[in-house]
Amino acid sequence: MTDTSANGIDQNLVVHLGKLARLELTDVEVEHYTLQLEQILGAIASISEVAAADIPPTSHPIPLENVYREDIAIPGLLHEDFVPGAPSFEDDRFRVPRILGESA
Amino acid sequence: MTTEYNAVITEFDPIIGLETHIELGTNSKMFCSCSAQFGGEPNTFVCPVCLGMPGSMPVVNRVAVESTIRMGLALNCSIVPWCRFARKNYFYPDMPKNYQISQYDEPLCINGYLDVTVATENGPQVFRVEIERVHMEEDTGKLLHAGGAGRIHGATHSLVDYNRAGIPLIEVVTKPILGTGDLAPEVAKAYVAELRDLMRALGVSDVRMEEGSLRCDVNVSLSRPGEEWGTRTETKNVNSLRSVERAVRTEMIRQADRLRSGERIIQETRHFNEETGDTTSGRSKEQAEDYRYFPEPDLVPIAPSEAWIEELRGTLPEIPSVRRARLQIDWGISDFDMQSLVNAGALDLIVASIDAGVQPAAARKWWTGELTRVANERNCELEELTVSPSDIAEIEGLISAGDLTDKMARSVFEGLLAGEGSVSQIVSQRGLVVVSDDASLIAAITAALADSPDIAEKIQGGKIAAAGSIVGAVMKATQGQADAAKVRTLLLEQLGVKE
Ligand SMILES: [Zn+2]
Repeated sequence: MTDTSANGIDQNLVVHLGKLARLELTDVEVEHYTLQLEQILGAIASISEVAAADIPPTSHPIPLENVYREDIAIPGLLHEDFVPGAPSFEDDRFRVPRILGESA
Repeated sequence: MTTEYNAVITEFDPIIGLETHIELGTNSKMFCSCSAQFGGEPNTFVCPVCLGMPGSMPVVNRVAVESTIRMGLALNCSIVPWCRFARKNYFYPDMPKNYQISQYDEPLCINGYLDVTVATENGPQVFRVEIERVHMEEDTGKLLHAGGAGRIHGATHSLVDYNRAGIPLIEVVTKPILGTGDLAPEVAKAYVAELRDLMRALGVSDVRMEEGSLRCDVNVSLSRPGEEWGTRTETKNVNSLRSVERAVRTEMIRQADRLRSGERIIQETRHFNEETGDTTSGRSKEQAEDYRYFPEPDLVPIAPSEAWIEELRGTLPEIPSVRRARLQIDWGISDFDMQSLVNAGALDLIVASIDAGVQPAAARKWWTGELTRVANERNCELEELTVSPSDIAEIEGLISAGDLTDKMARSVFEGLLAGEGSVSQIVSQRGLVVVSDDASLIAAITAALADSPDIAEKIQGGKIAAAGSIVGAVMKATQGQADAAKVRTLLLEQLGVKE
């Protein structure tokens, strides 16, 4: 395992992120992604250097606020619209593998 | 109160905290136009947005934001001038997007309070519960664990219905509630009841607890007086007022047991078992950072103007505590009677019955008497009984028209509680007909008098009290289906006696 890089990324963190993303990663992949993430975070760090304190961080490219929809219900999709795209559908419900773990 | 519980209190101070999720009663979902109504055939209120289809875009429901601001104002919160939604990332099939849109470090409403009243031996006591935040989020889909008799352990697969996914939720989070002592379970229950009543008064949700539209996470920790706060546990998804009270109590007893035997309390999520009232260890909680919250890039910030907030403030109704004080004066009843009908969850049902035309005294009599007794017996809330305010109005209407006697009314209630159908169905199925045609009553009176000529003489001699036994005989002869007052009038008429 490598040391923590300047950007706070190390292989342990990548393994942890893999777990959160439910991805099974091989050692080779972990090494590969650690390097890639380091480079990505490095790029972000250099942008952060340019951003002065008087530039507020944004989460949206267009400076918009207060976009709302009126509270009117309209009919949704029919089963025939989406069931063909579902891997498995049973008793009018989506069938998924048994999952033990967290919910919101 | 058990001695076991009393022992906890003599040694430890409880600190509680409550996170309450309540579904808003909007027409449509939080971020799409699908219907937000309860139930419906599985996966019929769904669209690309709430099914998490790539490329679909959420748009915020204006009424959901307004409801949250109104709730915040009613809870004496500050409404922030600017805030955003955040993505909470996690992998679980209850959300098809693999994230839930919530609010994280920028909630819409902050720093409020709610005063709640608890009945004590020394009369009502008021506790101020401080509110940390009120924020918006979306509800998740509903999982059915299939195979293994529906239990998560042993299930072979899960089936998901996304009708509920995306229904607007508000989450109300308290600050740690200190200083409640032995009343901690009651304060927790009273707080959730007050929150529910407030939501109903505001008209932002009808809070159907039996449909799971209010869910509570209950935090409990214990400390010895003067010591640091203890480690807390979080009991998830406690879904009724009674369960909130029980969850606090059983968790206090469990933690005290561990602490006394020198064990540590583990910070963890626990599950509440509705049947036993026990809590059991759940999964170890993912750390907040594991949810990788970040500002939701598909939604723009919410920046409520002063004018909008003031306009919404103008729509706030009479708050429940003020309304209770007004009703108590209107009805002319004592603090104790008022508190006990509030505790029984009867207040709104009584008001609804009065609105449906029932006299206040009669409405109170039914809800706090017979019906409260049945609810206690069944260990359920009054509103879960199969008797509605309009049923009571119908029954009272029949009584005052002389079509039902009090005794028959009881039989109708029995039928309603047993789920035998509507009032009129039960009346006809149970053959509850007042014998009211004068001819048959007079015939029954004549027969009764003939059986007891001595009593007839007594009555005629001025002993009107003796009429009771003839009325009784007539009631018996008509199998209780006559109106006793009417029998008495006819009897006295027949004997030519005036009262
Ligand atoms: Zn939808």
